[in-house]
Amino acid sequence: MTGTTNDPVDVVIIGAGASGAAVAWSLAETRMRIVCLEQGDWMNPSDYPTTGMDWEARAMGDYSFSPNRRRASADYPINDDDSPIKIANFNGVGGGTVLYAGHYPRFHPSDFRVRSLDGVGEDWPIDYETLAPYYDENDRIVGVSGLEGDPAYPPKVSQMPPLPLGRAGETVARGFNAMGWHWWPSDSAIATQPYEGRDRCINLGGCLSGCAQGAKASADITYWPMAIRAGVELRTRCRVREVTVNENGMASGVVYHDAGGVTQFQPAEVVIMASNGIGTPRILLNSTSGRFPDGLANRNGLVGRNLMFHPYASISGIFEGAQDGSEGPGDCLWSQEFYETDPSRGFVRGFTYEMTRGRGPVMTALTGMHAGRIPFGTGHHDAYRALHKRITGMVAICEDLPDADNRVTLDPELTDADGIPAPRITYQLSRNSEDMLRFAVDRATEVLKAAGATDVFSEIPLAIGGWHLMGTARMGTDPATSVVNEWGRSHDVRNLFVVDGSLFVTSAGVNPTRTIQALALYVADQMKQRLTSLFD
Amino acid sequence: MSDLIGSSGRILSEAGTAVLRALAGAIIPASTEHGVPGADDEAIFTDVLASAGPILAFIGEHLGLLDELAGDGGFLGADAARQVALAEGFRQAQPEAAALIVSLICQSYYRDPRVLESLGTPARPPFPEGYDIDDGDWSLLDPVRARDPFFRPVN
Repeated sequence: MTGTTNDPVDVVIIGAGASGAAVAWSLAETRMRIVCLEQGDWMNPSDYPTTGMDWEARAMGDYSFSPNRRRASADYPINDDDSPIKIANFNGVGGGTVLYAGHYPRFHPSDFRVRSLDGVGEDWPIDYETLAPYYDENDRIVGVSGLEGDPAYPPKVSQMPPLPLGRAGETVARGFNAMGWHWWPSDSAIATQPYEGRDRCINLGGCLSGCAQGAKASADITYWPMAIRAGVELRTRCRVREVTVNENGMASGVVYHDAGGVTQFQPAEVVIMASNGIGTPRILLNSTSGRFPDGLANRNGLVGRNLMFHPYASISGIFEGAQDGSEGPGDCLWSQEFYETDPSRGFVRGFTYEMTRGRGPVMTALTGMHAGRIPFGTGHHDAYRALHKRITGMVAICEDLPDADNRVTLDPELTDADGIPAPRITYQLSRNSEDMLRFAVDRATEVLKAAGATDVFSEIPLAIGGWHLMGTARMGTDPATSVVNEWGRSHDVRNLFVVDGSLFVTSAGVNPTRTIQALALYVADQMKQRLTSLFD
Repeated sequence: MSDLIGSSGRILSEAGTAVLRALAGAIIPASTEHGVPGADDEAIFTDVLASAGPILAFIGEHLGLLDELAGDGGFLGADAARQVALAEGFRQAQPEAAALIVSLICQSYYRDPRVLESLGTPARPPFPEGYDIDDGDWSLLDPVRARDPFFRPVN
C-alpha cells in the first residue's frame, strides 16, 4: 500500500487552513515534532486576480470558491447534486481563509445553549466563557478591525478601527436607522492599519478571490509564518488518503500521496484532523479497517452526519445615487436585530445581516442581464448605467439546525486524481430555515426601501453559498451522541483529534472562522495541559 | 453538426467566428451616445476568443441555431433589429449556451479600457493603487449606541 515510510513524528496535522494553522502554532511551544500535510500549495499574492484587468473573470474561474468549477490540481471533486446549497472551499496553505470575506463575528453566549434555551439542536459541552480567552488570543494574532460597544455582544476588544462605511455603508445604515433596528460596524479580519507586518487595506475589493495587498488575515500570512519559525514542518502537495490504526486501536499515522504521486506513510503519535467539515469526515470515512469497518471514530455512525451550512438569503437594492460598486471590502456592517429567538416570528433561532457593498462592472452586467434588467441591443447601455454602482444590500446568514439526515458520505464512483473517493453531500433545507430565510428577505426589503431603494431583488437560498461547513464530527460528553469529547479527542481513538468546523454542535447565525480558530487554540491548550495523560 | 464548426469539432470556423462576432454586437452594440464600442469591436472580440478556451467548441455547436432561426439569409443577413430578436430567440431556445456566450462577452467587454473610462471607472487593475472609500458619517451610529445590551442571557 505504501511506497515510502517517513521518520515518525509526534503530531501530524491534516490540513493547513484556519484550524490547522492555529493548532500547529499553539502546539509548537511543546517542542514536539509536528508535521502538517496540506494537499494544496503556498499562495503567491502577486498572482491574485486583483493584480490584473481580468480580476472578475478569474474570480469566476481559477479563483472560484467552488472546487467543482475551479478544478485545480489541488482540489477534489464534490458531488453536491443532492443539495440546494453548493460547496465552497479552497485547498492551499491558508485554506478557506484565502478566499473568505474576512467577516469575523464571534458566537454569542446563547449559541452554546441552544437546547436549553430553545429546545432544539444540542447544547455545546463548553460555553462562551470557556472560549473567550481563546477568542482573545486568536484576535491578537489575526488582528480584528471593529468598534467596541456593540450592544448585541458581551464586551470585546478590537485591535484596529473599523472598516470604512463608504457611501454604501451609509445608505444601508440609514435604512436600519429608519426602521429603528440594530446595526454595527462589522468585526473584520481585514487590517485597517499596518498590523504585525501586514499592510492596511487599500479597498481593492475582490476579497473573495484573495487579498493581493495582504491586508486580509488569511492563515498563510498570520499563523503559518509564526508556526514555521517555531519549528513546525509544513509539507505542501500532500493529499491524505486515510488515517491508519494499530493493533491497539490507536491511530498510527497517515497514508498520503505526495506531489510526485508517490504514496507515503507518515507515522505519528497523534493525528489531528483539520480538513474542514467536508474533508475531515471524508478522510475518516475512508479510513476503514477490521476494527473500524465503517470509518475511523465512527462506531456510533455520526461521522459525516449533522452537516450544517448557513443557509443564505441575498437581498439587494437598486438606488438612484451612486454607491461604492466593487471598491472596498465587501462587508462593513452587520445587524443582529433578529439574532435571538422570538417565537412570534414563526421560527426558532435567528440570523445576522452582513452587508454586501456592491459588485464590479462584469458582475453588474451578468446579474442584470440574467435578471432581465439589462436587455440585448441598443437598450443595453442605459439599462446598465442604471445599475452600475447603484446596487448595494446584504445577505442574511441563517442559523442551521443539526439534522442527522444532512450528511457527508463517500461517493461510490467519483474520485479525485489520486483515486480517493470524493465526498457526496445529502442536504435538505429545514422548514425552520425556509421560514427564517423568507422572514429575512422581508425585513431586509423593508430596510432597503427605507434607505431609498427604487427596487429590491433577492435570492433564497443562495445556491453558491456553501462556505461554512460544520457539524460532521461534533463534540460532546456522550460517546453515543458525539464524535469527539469536550476537548476535541475522539471517543473511539484516544490519539485522534478534530479541530475544524466539524466540531460544531450547532452553527449559530454568524460566519464561523473566528470560532473555528478559537476552538483550535482551545483544543491545543487542552492537549498541552494533558501531555502526560493525553491518551488516558 | 452545423457547417459553422470546423472539421476538428473543437474550434470555430471562419463563418462561425463571424456569426459569434455579429451576435456579440447584437447583444452589446456600439453607442455613440455613450462613446463606447460594441462587443464586436476588434480588440474586444479578439479578447473574447482568446478567453473562451475549451468552451468555444461547445458554443460553436449551438451557433447554427441562429441561422436556423433566421431562415433565408441566415443570421448575418439579418438587420440589426432582427439580429437582436434572433439573439433573444436563441437565449430562449438554448439558455445554457446563451448564458456562456453572454458571460464571455461581458467579461471581455467590461474590462476594456474604453468602456471602463466611459463609466468613470479607472481603467486599471485594483492592485496596487486601490481605491479611496470615505470613512462615512459615524454619527449614524448614535441611536444604536444609545441601546442597552440586548444579547440573550444564558444563566
